Amino acid sequence: MEKRVTFKGWTLPILLIAPQVLISAIFFFYPAGQAVWQSLFIPDPFGLSMQYVGLGNFEYLLSDPFYRASFVTTAVFSTLVTLCSMILALFLAVLADRLIKGSGTYRTLLIWPYAVAPAVAGVLWLFMFNTRVGVVSWYLGQLGYDWNHVLNDAEAMGLVVVASSWGRISYNFLFFFAALQAVPKSVIEAAAIDGARFWRRFFTIVLPLLSPTTFFLLVVNIVYAFFETFGVIHTITSGGPQQATTILVYKVYSDGFVGQDLGSSAAQSVILLVVVGLLTVLQFKFIEKRVHY
Amino acid sequence: MRGAVPPLPRNGAYGHQITAPVLFITTGAFIAPGETIVTKLTLGALAAATTVLTPIASSAQTEIEFWHAFTGRLGELVAAQVEQFNASQSEYSVTQAHKGNYSETLNAGIAAFRAGEQPEILMVFEVGTATMMGAQGAIKPVYEVMADAGAEFDQDAYIGSVKGYYTTPDGQMLSLPFNSSTPVLWVNRDRFEGAGLDPDMDLSTWQNVEMALDQLAEAGEECPLVTAWQSWIHLENFSAYHDVPFASQANGFGGTDTELMLNGEAQVAHISKMGEWAQEGKFIYTGRRNEGGANFRSGECALFTESSAGYAGIKAEAEFDFDVRPLPYWEGVGNAPQNTIIGGASLWVMEGHSDEEYKAVAAFLNFLSSSDVQAQWHQDTGYLPITTEAGEATRAAGFYDENPGTDVAVIQMTAKEPTENSKGLRLGNFDQIRGIIDEELEGVWAGDKTAQEALDSAKERGDALLRRFEQASR
Repeated sequence: MEKRVTFKGWTLPILLIAPQVLISAIFFFYPAGQAVWQSLFIPDPFGLSMQYVGLGNFEYLLSDPFYRASFVTTAVFSTLVTLCSMILALFLAVLADRLIKGSGTYRTLLIWPYAVAPAVAGVLWLFMFNTRVGVVSWYLGQLGYDWNHVLNDAEAMGLVVVASSWGRISYNFLFFFAALQAVPKSVIEAAAIDGARFWRRFFTIVLPLLSPTTFFLLVVNIVYAFFETFGVIHTITSGGPQQATTILVYKVYSDGFVGQDLGSSAAQSVILLVVVGLLTVLQFKFIEKRVHY
Repeated sequence: MRGAVPPLPRNGAYGHQITAPVLFITTGAFIAPGETIVTKLTLGALAAATTVLTPIASSAQTEIEFWHAFTGRLGELVAAQVEQFNASQSEYSVTQAHKGNYSETLNAGIAAFRAGEQPEILMVFEVGTATMMGAQGAIKPVYEVMADAGAEFDQDAYIGSVKGYYTTPDGQMLSLPFNSSTPVLWVNRDRFEGAGLDPDMDLSTWQNVEMALDQLAEAGEECPLVTAWQSWIHLENFSAYHDVPFASQANGFGGTDTELMLNGEAQVAHISKMGEWAQEGKFIYTGRRNEGGANFRSGECALFTESSAGYAGIKAEAEFDFDVRPLPYWEGVGNAPQNTIIGGASLWVMEGHSDEEYKAVAAFLNFLSSSDVQAQWHQDTGYLPITTEAGEATRAAGFYDENPGTDVAVIQMTAKEPTENSKGLRLGNFDQIRGIIDEELEGVWAGDKTAQEALDSAKERGDALLRRFEQASR
């Protein structure tokens, strides 16, 4: 039976949701509306004049093969970041969950990277992999591997994926760890008595019980990979070599804030908004069915 | 002249240092409940701190703002110039503020203009020139500022190839050149000797450089040649130096309906050669900006094409014998050597301020371009002197004799009267076009593309951006 709490009258519920609605309106709907409006124009940078071009900005973008390629780059990038950060975080959480002594220390250390801002994380990784003075690239050189992410597409992509996942692992770890703690011990013990080994117990019992958390993290991580990895990419590759790491949001930045092409930048924001919206709807429609709460 | 920094702040600042703590105490005294004390105290302290920090103009002084993109040593030098100006007279007061790198400073200026809070003076790098010129209504041309203020302003005193970048077709100065540099060739003499080469050999042509590169590679050198700012040096300056067009309409000076011509025969041949060198390990690619500087300064590389303003850093860090040489050219290609063009930034005056403030701007700009200030700036930084007089003063002071090679850039810029192809570039969306050129060149260095394919594609993609700029500035 479902319990429903009902309000008398409308004033109180409206008052209660008003702050959230107001914040969404000011910080989300208003700028989004502005972006849609601006995407119909080619303005000059100083806002002195505007040329109405209708859907011209979208036409210009979609006829650009580099922009279309950026979709594929974004898909590859966000899939890799999401998978890397979630799988590693889950693995670490399982290990930390089994610890009896000193788990507090491990937890703290594992959560630590989350405090590092993406741009700073980018610079740290760049130092280690710098083609000439980087520690890691020097060791790779000793092993006979010539690391050069400045010219090599795959290495550049690998580096930005690792740098973006690194800080994210902490965040995911925190959620997985909390979820693991909430798995009832009795169920696990019952399975153990039935003779199920650790990994079997993990895959048949723990993992399904973690599915709400996993689903939440999936959505959040994809959104992260789409929007918040900008700092990492900006500091490590600036989208290069040859646009191999130019994801959609980075292009929004470079066209809007480097190129002062605000019309195209606005059109790209609108496209990005639609893409992420669609992705989230798809996720809720198809993947959520397999989530057990 | 430099170093004449006033030891004490002006009177105005003292008056406020006394009132500020009073304000702080009164704010604190009214607070009773425990929890809010912290926030209120912090607020009080903040208010006090900001009032102390904000320079206070006495009512008689006209205050103007100057936004620039310099940090580190250059930032200190700019701050010293501003202080020197403020101390030299009592009518005007300039406040300088650092607003991030070149792109960020331009953005800050644009955003401030949109919000109606623009500074009087904004530093804009050379690739932003077309954007600023197109912004009629946002900028006030320097020649107008000077004329309105009745200031003395002799446009002929400025070095032609520096000034040319920032003038209207009829020679009126739109912005004041501030820091300008041009690419030169840096030589690590120890590396040459190590490879059994005469470090004094003639490196004025690429033909000779190629011979040197062959020998360096044969002797097992790991980094014979490295470069900074590849598009600026190996395409933009390359074109000017060989007197071949980089873009139609006189490199964009003639109008916004310009098209790139960087895929000409001369450029393709050069990039193709560089691509070969990259494949053979004779040219090492390190990145789009000046990453290669670290490799050269550490002594790893033998030759380095970089701005003349790399001087301060190389002089400070290099533990080897180095030389400055003119940028090489291909013997027999175009009219080489013509002159090279500049990079760097100029100062733009923004629209929307009072006559009094523009007078202050005129006084400050006049101070900056005075011979003493310019000569000191040139000697401290390796940037070019913007007036002929400042260059002569530097020579007369014996600076070039004590620091051989520091005049190479000046000579290279001024040896010949600039032509249509070597006056500079004025292309819209040029920051992005440079990004495209960088990408295409990376394709050549990686061996994915031929020089012809890469430059054809750079032209096609760059032209699309030029068309957009043309449309936006219509």
